[in-house]
Amino acid sequence: MQNKITVNDLNAWFGAKQVLHDIDIGIEKNAITAIIGPSGCGKSTFIRCLNRMHEVVPGAKVSGKVLVDEMDIYDSDIDPVDIRRSIGMVFQKPNPFPTMSIRDNVVAGLRLNGVKDKNVLDKTAEESLRKAALWEEVKNDLHKSGMSLSGGQQQRLCIARALAVEPEVILFDEPCSALDPISTSKIEDLMLELKEKYTLIIVTHNMQQAARVSDRTAFFLYGKLIEFGETDQIFKKPEEKSTEDYIIGRFG
Amino acid sequence: MKWNKRKLTDRIMSGMSAACVIIAIIPLVSILYTVTINGISAINLDFLTQLPRPVGEPGGGLGNAIQGTFIVVGIACFIGLPIGILSGVYLSEYGNNRFGRFVSFVADILTGTPSIVAGMFAYTFVVLYFKSFSAFAGGVALSVLMIPIVTRTTEESLKLVPGSIKEASLALGIPKWKTTLYIVINTGKSGIITGALLAIARISGETAPLLFTSFGNMFWANGLDKPISTMPVQIYTYAITPFPDWHTKAWAGALVLIVLILVLNIGVRFVTRRKYAM
Repeated sequence: MQNKITVNDLNAWFGAKQVLHDIDIGIEKNAITAIIGPSGCGKSTFIRCLNRMHEVVPGAKVSGKVLVDEMDIYDSDIDPVDIRRSIGMVFQKPNPFPTMSIRDNVVAGLRLNGVKDKNVLDKTAEESLRKAALWEEVKNDLHKSGMSLSGGQQQRLCIARALAVEPEVILFDEPCSALDPISTSKIEDLMLELKEKYTLIIVTHNMQQAARVSDRTAFFLYGKLIEFGETDQIFKKPEEKSTEDYIIGRFG
Repeated sequence: MKWNKRKLTDRIMSGMSAACVIIAIIPLVSILYTVTINGISAINLDFLTQLPRPVGEPGGGLGNAIQGTFIVVGIACFIGLPIGILSGVYLSEYGNNRFGRFVSFVADILTGTPSIVAGMFAYTFVVLYFKSFSAFAGGVALSVLMIPIVTRTTEESLKLVPGSIKEASLALGIPKWKTTLYIVINTGKSGIITGALLAIARISGETAPLLFTSFGNMFWANGLDKPISTMPVQIYTYAITPFPDWHTKAWAGALVLIVLILVLNIGVRFVTRRKYAM
């Protein structure tokens, strides 16, 4: 399989503290890659480096190469804003824009980047909400506040919002950690559908979730990539002792 | 129910809080009551629309002072709101450095400056420069009072906008300036409006800085470069005379001023009320 993202020798810092050490990894296209590891191991930082959100934090630094389709996103003439349009992100806590309606939330990315045509916006809103499996639940309430939805619906709204700008890759940063099991399973089903068209990366604390949805799994520990391979292999026959310890719950 | 020490403490503390609330609103209610009782008799259409008349002549009103207050406060808002709000945006979104913290600190100090100092500032830089008292000078004096209040309230209300909202916007590929303008300010706008209102309410009643900037005038406004009548100064002028008729007019003026500020507050609240119920 072809790699969508290739990471070479990636290091990241918060101030003087190094949080990622020499990461080399290839992210397969149209597949789900899970990132697992204990808290503070650099999982979130890693995926935030993939859409240049890491540098938003004051004092944060990155070195190394992140190639998306052969293009280095850290090249000096690349605008991070463009990168973020093609690599979307869904956060741990659902974060719809509180002052906007459901529809406006979905098309916020388009509208604020200059799309004004109401028909285009309405069409995109519907398509994105359908893709996020939320349309049937909200089609009569599009003008209501995004905050009026339940937590699980809000998270799917955030997924719809990310889909509306037509990214190629979507990063999920523990998308289900604030959700109940039913909402979680809806999001997981959704991810399995989305991988037909998109490349997905999910950070998760929930090992069953990684096993259920992902094709490949990467295990991070203390800012280093310890092991990376087919999800089946990682969960059934991990090569590293620490991967095994983490998976069977000996720590973390 | 058993009467124990914890419950007793709870009762005593709740009682004390309630008592303090009552003590705090006594002066407020008393002011409203006194102003209304003393002023209401003088209020009629003439009072709101006519020019003042000389002592001893019945009738007349504060029409020009009401007009003048709107003009001077309008000038102050025209200068003060953009500067104050944009400074607040800067401090909140871009001011996480030494300069930003310094400005924030200075704004705090300025908020507590005696208002007459703002008057002296405008006197020195506007009145002396143009060699004339003027509506504009009054507006400048009031804007000096207004800017630090608006700056700090804007800064504080934008800092309350959750970082997750900003990140959501940036992660959609929305540039930082658009994120600030359309997402952050939009989310924090009720706080910004509250701050602006507070500032307007505060400056509308200021007398000291206007005494030697906008000065006063017994006639309708005739240009921003000319002295102009304002409510607080007119009330002050009336109140320090020995004439009972003018005392009543001063009370009535105070009542009108209070009602104006109240109406302004309610009006803006109504216009900017939350679009969506949470």
